[in-house]
Amino acid sequence: MLHIVNKSPYDRNSLDIAVSYKADGDIFLLIEDGVYAAMKGGAAAAKLDGCTVSVLGADIAARGIAEDKLIDGVSVIDYAGFVDLVEANEKVQSWL
Amino acid sequence: MKFTIQVNEGPYQHQATDSAYLFTKAALEKGHEIFRVFFYHDGVNNGTRLTTPPQDDRNIVKRWSELGAEHDLDLVICVAAAQRRGIVDDGEAERNGKDATNIAEGFRISGLGQLVEGAIQSDRLVVFGD
Repeated sequence: MLHIVNKSPYDRNSLDIAVSYKADGDIFLLIEDGVYAAMKGGAAAAKLDGCTVSVLGADIAARGIAEDKLIDGVSVIDYAGFVDLVEANEKVQSWL
Repeated sequence: MKFTIQVNEGPYQHQATDSAYLFTKAALEKGHEIFRVFFYHDGVNNGTRLTTPPQDDRNIVKRWSELGAEHDLDLVICVAAAQRRGIVDDGEAERNGKDATNIAEGFRISGLGQLVEGAIQSDRLVVFGD
């Protein structure tokens, strides 16, 4: 299942809700302000422990976040990669 | 693969309509089919032709219309959400006694059943919103 989170964990609790539904093989895609969760040293970064995480490259760039400021193991993808993730996961949930 | 896209946020609010547009564009570029784009809640504001954003800013409404024309997209605005927010086509103007219309090119106003049908007929429903 693909979980899409588009709000900052410092603003909303949508990441907490998404992670609480995590099952084996799930992928978490962070877009828009959701990318703040993947910042190294951030208070929310630990929420993603053990999760497979992708972030939208355009959205980290728009926020001045360099790739080396992300927690380890995060995949940086473009919109084509976003489409591929949706195609690869039979269930897609945007946690709005 | 067949996708239906749901847009719940208005233009120039946060980023959801931009994400939805760029996702839709990328999906089309990869050869996928967009069965429908359904505009719901404040998302119906993506369908007014009366917006005039600054010339150096993206024109979100026009961008949807152009992508729609290029790929023959079914851009559907939820009727109940549209009535609340003043998005009007000819049929709605007549039905509700309005003196003007504002629907943008390529959009149409219809019911929530169109979203349900999109969800059933498509392989994936992807929701963008606030």
